[in-house]
Formats: sequence, structure tokens, C-alpha cells
Amino acid sequence: MAEVLVYVDHVDGAVRKPTLELLTLARRIGEPVALALGSGAEATAATLGEHGAVRVLTADAPEFADYHVVPKVDALQAAYDSVSPAAVLLPSSGEAKEIAARLAVRIGSGLITDAVDLEAGDGGPVATQSVFAAAYTTKSRVSKGTPVITVKPNSAAVEASAAAGTVEPLTVSFGDTATGTKVVSREPRESTGRPELTEAAIVVSGGRGVNGAENFSLIEGLADSLGAAVGASRAAVDAGWYPHSNQVGQTGKSVSPQLYIASGISGAIQHRAGMQTSKTIVAINKDSEAPIFDLVDYGVVGDLFDVVPQLTEEVKARKG
Amino acid sequence: MSLRIVVCVKYVPDAAGDRHFADDLTVDREDADGLLSELDEYAVEQALQIADEADDAEITVLTVGPEDAKDALRKALSMGADKAVHVEDDDLHGTDALGTSLVLAKAIEKTGYDLVVCGMASTDGTMGVLPAMLAERLGVPQVTLLSEVSVEDGTVKGRRDGDAATERLEASLPAVVSVTDQSGEARYPSFKGIMAAKKKPVESLDLSDLDLDADEVGLGGAWSAVDAVTERPARTQGTIVKDEGEGGKQLAAYLAEQKFI
Repeated sequence: MAEVLVYVDHVDGAVRKPTLELLTLARRIGEPVALALGSGAEATAATLGEHGAVRVLTADAPEFADYHVVPKVDALQAAYDSVSPAAVLLPSSGEAKEIAARLAVRIGSGLITDAVDLEAGDGGPVATQSVFAAAYTTKSRVSKGTPVITVKPNSAAVEASAAAGTVEPLTVSFGDTATGTKVVSREPRESTGRPELTEAAIVVSGGRGVNGAENFSLIEGLADSLGAAVGASRAAVDAGWYPHSNQVGQTGKSVSPQLYIASGISGAIQHRAGMQTSKTIVAINKDSEAPIFDLVDYGVVGDLFDVVPQLTEEVKARKG
Repeated sequence: MSLRIVVCVKYVPDAAGDRHFADDLTVDREDADGLLSELDEYAVEQALQIADEADDAEITVLTVGPEDAKDALRKALSMGADKAVHVEDDDLHGTDALGTSLVLAKAIEKTGYDLVVCGMASTDGTMGVLPAMLAERLGVPQVTLLSEVSVEDGTVKGRRDGDAATERLEASLPAVVSVTDQSGEARYPSFKGIMAAKKKPVESLDLSDLDLDADEVGLGGAWSAVDAVTERPARTQGTIVKDEGEGGKQLAAYLAEQKFI
């Protein structure tokens, strides 16, 4: 059976959920072989094996942390040369998309980014993409070389499937361009204790109507009562009320949770592009004409300063 | 010596209007109102600021696209870029990201450069992979997705706000950078700028000028293919209630009914 190379996103050995989704999708095409790089790479093997990785290629070197992107491309190319896979899958993060792009150029292969589903097809894997602010769905495939495909978080339900997960150290030699861009400093983002925005099952977002950074505690309170991630519209981020890392929309994160709650968000195309593939959409807005109401499964026309606290209390009461 | 900056820009269908696919499943660029991709305005802005800080700099704005794409070049010139290069050839229709990066890399080499500045992604394809592809093809460092950028003494420095961490990056020129919409509001062209742009040179290049063959680009030469396009059914509006003091409770009841609580 053909092997599929899966690029692993992990933090010191803790595998992030989108990688497990990739393994689930990879099994539709072939046998997953994982590539884990950097500190803690070997510690990923147990989890990856439980989710179907037959082999886990690992490499660690100071270059992965000290230089930007290219050392990881060198490692992925070494894995590609060693495995000769039927496809290469990566998560759709900013960095992994760049790694995918450079690998595609190097091996002369086509690239598909931001797939939301993947299935086997006669002419190779078929990727589903959501385009033009999710107004259209396309089915695409790579027509030259080995398909290189990046997949968005929440594109598949994670399914366990035991496999060997045998650790195999990978030899990587770095090329001349590997040390071109130096990482001078790195400040990890402070953990909020809330789920990752792109991976969360529920997202609660605030917009212009929240009217001030201090009022975002209302949104956070509702999010915490539901175990949700917090998002913000571009208007709220541009006003400096909430960090850009939480922006939902075309130039921020694109999310596809089970439930999306928009509070004080009018629903401009910028924002809709990042959330309209959510399964259930709920909105609270003072303006009954706000375009967000065109998308909702349930909408409350009212002042979020009344509705959100009441909702939070009621959720807490119902959860006991 | 003069700092040679090349800004890559794209002419895209207006995201605020209706966007469609043509019969060959490429993006319909004829029946759509086009404009300079909003995210590329940030690239032009940062190039202008870098040029202001340099003793001597020249900004060339570069695009690949049909005749109408000149509008995007004019906008960048009216913001303050010095000259433009337009790669235009009927055989380019349907070119994918790998092909476009090939064409841009050739045009950048022909123009001559110390620094290439790109936006974070286009507003139509939204892949965000071109800057990395360009760096790979040109064999120079990539310093990408920057919310802050500066050039000093032949070194480009920037801040990248990633998903997991904020990083400070630096590389020697020549290099490729991309900037995000957090890098700073783009300026509006002044009346003087708009008038001056009309006299600025726009060089047209075709595939033969770049030593490229038609079969390396275009829909036929693409590395990927779109087999099907379906319009997503519009979401249908569900229940709307007016808050008369119980709105939060009503919403909670709905969420409980849907098993979210």
C-alpha cells in the first residue's frame, strides 16, 4: 500500500489536534508515515501510532529553532526522498503552508492549500476547498508530481486506529539557504487556558458592539461558561480591544466550529469569510437589519449588555 | 547605491461584489469589478516607508495579469511607487500559484532587486504561499508574515506574530518579505500622486521577454486542476426573537435543545 507523508505539528512532543485529523484523512489514501521535527519529536510517536502512523520519522537539530522555515523544508524534502509517498499532507498553519509551498517548488509538484476534506480518487487525492468567502465549494486535484496538500483544522473527526508508530531517526543535511533567516528571539504566546480558536468546538466572538476592551470580559465570561474559544471581528481588533491572534475573518483565522456565537458583530464580508462554514450560527445584535442575521440559525435582536450576561447565567445554571 | 525594491501586487475581483467562476472553472475576471488587492496595499505602504528611510531607493511595482491589471499598477504608482512592470500574455490565462511564482521570479530577476515586498495573501485565491515560493525560486532568505518591518545597513528585520509565538527575524539582503494587515494602514493616493502616476513608466513584458514557454504556464501547464465548482446554498435564516427581557434565557433554551449545553 502506498505511503502518505504527514507533517506533524507538536509542542515539545504534545501532538496538536489538526495533526490527528490529518492522520485520519491520510488513511483514506494510504498508510500514514509521520515526520516530527525538533525538541520532543520522539515523544510524539505513541500518540501518532494510536492514530494510524506506521512509522514516525524524527529529527532534531538547533537549526529548526534558530532559523526560519527553510531547515524544516530541508527535513521534509529528506523525508520525501526517503519515503517516495503518494501524497504529502500538512496542517494549514501559516508556517506549514510556507513549508508546503517551498517543497512543492523543489519537487516540481502541484500544491493545494486549505482543504476542508480529502478523499481518494482515480487520479490521486481529491481535495474539497471552500472559496470566495465560502460562497463556493470546489473539488481539486494535483495534476503534476506528488500532491502536496494543506488541510484546515476541524476538517475531519479524529478516529483512532492502532499502528506500529515505529520511530526511525531521519538524517537531514541542511542546504546553503537553511540559515538565511535568523530567529533572533521568540516569545511564546501566553496561554489563556481556553481552547485554540481554530480547533474549538464552540467559538464566542465580539465585535464593534462590545464597545471597549474592558467589555470583552463579558464575551470571555460567556465563552468560559460554554468551554469555548474567544474570537473578535476586525473592527474590534483594529480598535485595539482584543489581540489580532483572535481575529476571525479573511485576514485573521478562519473557523468552522459546531457552534459560533456572534455578539455585536454586523457580519461584513470580511468577517463572514472566516466563519460562515460553522455548523450552527447564533447572533446577538441591536440592529435587526444587521447582515449577520441572514446567516443565523437563531438570532436575538437586543442589547448584548443585557442578553449576554443573562445567557451566561442561564448556561451556568443549566450546567449546574 | 540605490536600494532596489520590487513590490508584487495582484489585481483581484472586488471581494465586496459578486465573484464567479468562468466556464473553464478559472476565476471570472471579466464580469467582475477589479481592483488592487487590499492586502497588497499594505505591501506598497511598507515599501514606501522603507524607501523613505533609505538614502536612495527605487520602487518597482510588478504584476502578472490581463490588460485591466494595469489599474492595480496605477493605484500603486499613485500611492508613490516609481515605476511599474506588467507581465501580460494570453498564454498566462489559468496559471496557478506555482506558475505565477515562476513568472514573477523571472520578472524580478530581470528588473533587478535588493528587496521583494509582498502582501500576506491575495484576497481572491487567499493561499498566502507566493512569498515562500519566490524566496525558494530566487534562492534568497524569506522573512514573512511581518507585522513590523525595517531595513538597516543591508539587513531586513521584522516581527512575526505567529500562532504560537512572536518572533523577531532578520536576514541579509537580497531577501523576500511579506507583510500583514497589522503592519500599518496604507496611505490614500493624493491628487498630486494620481496626476504624477499618469506620467510614470509602465513596462510591458510577455513570456518571450522572460524566456518562458507557453506550456510552462497557463491552465494547461498548471500543477493543479479544479474539477468541479458548486455554489454553496445560501444559509437560510432561522428563528429571530426580539429581546423583551428574556432574550438570554430564550437563547439558552435553544442551545440546550441543540445539545450545546
